[in-house]
Amino acid sequence: MRSIRLFICLFFWIPVLKAQEVTFIKAEQITTWKKNTSDTIYIINFWATWCKPCLEEMPSFERIGEEFKDQKVRVLLVSNDFKKQIDVKLKPYMIEKGIRNKMYWMNEPDPNKWIELVDPNWGGSIPATLIIKGSEGKRKFFAGPLSYEELKDIILQMKP
Amino acid sequence: MKKIFRLTVLLGLLFPLIAFSQAPTNPGYQMGDRITDFSLKGVDGKMHSLAEFKNVKGYIVVFTCNTCPFSKAYERRIMDLHLRYAKQGIPVIAINPNDAGKEPGESYEAMVALAKEKQYPFVYLQDLKQNVATAFGAKRTPHVFLLNQNKEIIYIGAIDDNFEEPEQVKVKYLENAIAQYLMGMPIEVSQTKAIGCGIKWRNK
Repeated sequence: MRSIRLFICLFFWIPVLKAQEVTFIKAEQITTWKKNTSDTIYIINFWATWCKPCLEEMPSFERIGEEFKDQKVRVLLVSNDFKKQIDVKLKPYMIEKGIRNKMYWMNEPDPNKWIELVDPNWGGSIPATLIIKGSEGKRKFFAGPLSYEELKDIILQMKP
Repeated sequence: MKKIFRLTVLLGLLFPLIAFSQAPTNPGYQMGDRITDFSLKGVDGKMHSLAEFKNVKGYIVVFTCNTCPFSKAYERRIMDLHLRYAKQGIPVIAINPNDAGKEPGESYEAMVALAKEKQYPFVYLQDLKQNVATAFGAKRTPHVFLLNQNKEIIYIGAIDDNFEEPEQVKVKYLENAIAQYLMGMPIEVSQTKAIGCGIKWRNK
């Protein structure tokens, strides 16, 4: 009986625990993403919980992630939250909104180290989104928010 | 029929991409450009322009605002910059370009209250029509432009290399540029990039 209860507890906790995962990355990760040669379309969104327009577009990225989860499309979210807010703002937001897309946190105190790597024309305002299909060398960069329709159009255009 | 349908779909797919791919209408001043002076209302109720600063060696023009967490993180540092460099002839001119219609916390009244509460030592100006931010090509807050005596842009970018922990700063980009300028040396790093809050542009 006890083990069943434990099992149920675990079962319900798994998604919650999963939602809390935040992977720390360094500037080099951007280069790695850009160099990848896979035929998966990577949608890499730069955002933060303090950025209003970022929060407004977040549901679109979740919807895309969900809709294309069985296809070669992955949404990667890179948080630019302050370090001291990862536990008090970022993680609670992820749980509250049930964020399923993979979450990263840019572990670089100096954004000047990596902004240029994302796109030379990017001034550093967020939201911003980099979309890559390595196998075909396709790369698109958008400074500013994207809607669900816009994201879907881009994906469909990049798919073979 | 099928063909027309296909064509429509194709156009539908292409159109947004064409729309996106257009570059921002005006990239703003470039490095070395001489800026056109402006006249903006400060939190003291008076109009201010660069021309009123007599016998200065340069200007630190900072686009910043009331509510952005990055602006807040840098607020103390911007005050210190003015306290340190105004007496050396390079005052801070802080400009808030945000549309209060988009973010009520950016209103003129809120600017006045904040400047009073924090005792801003520098002029804090409202770019109500957003013309100045547009001319500079400012994109985010904070966004710094260092001008020399001739009002030519000699540095664009971030204040330093650590927004969150001032005590961990290793490279003071702006102060290095100021020091090199004051010594008549070429500025080694004249452009840096930083994360910041996008400027809240008024709906056109």
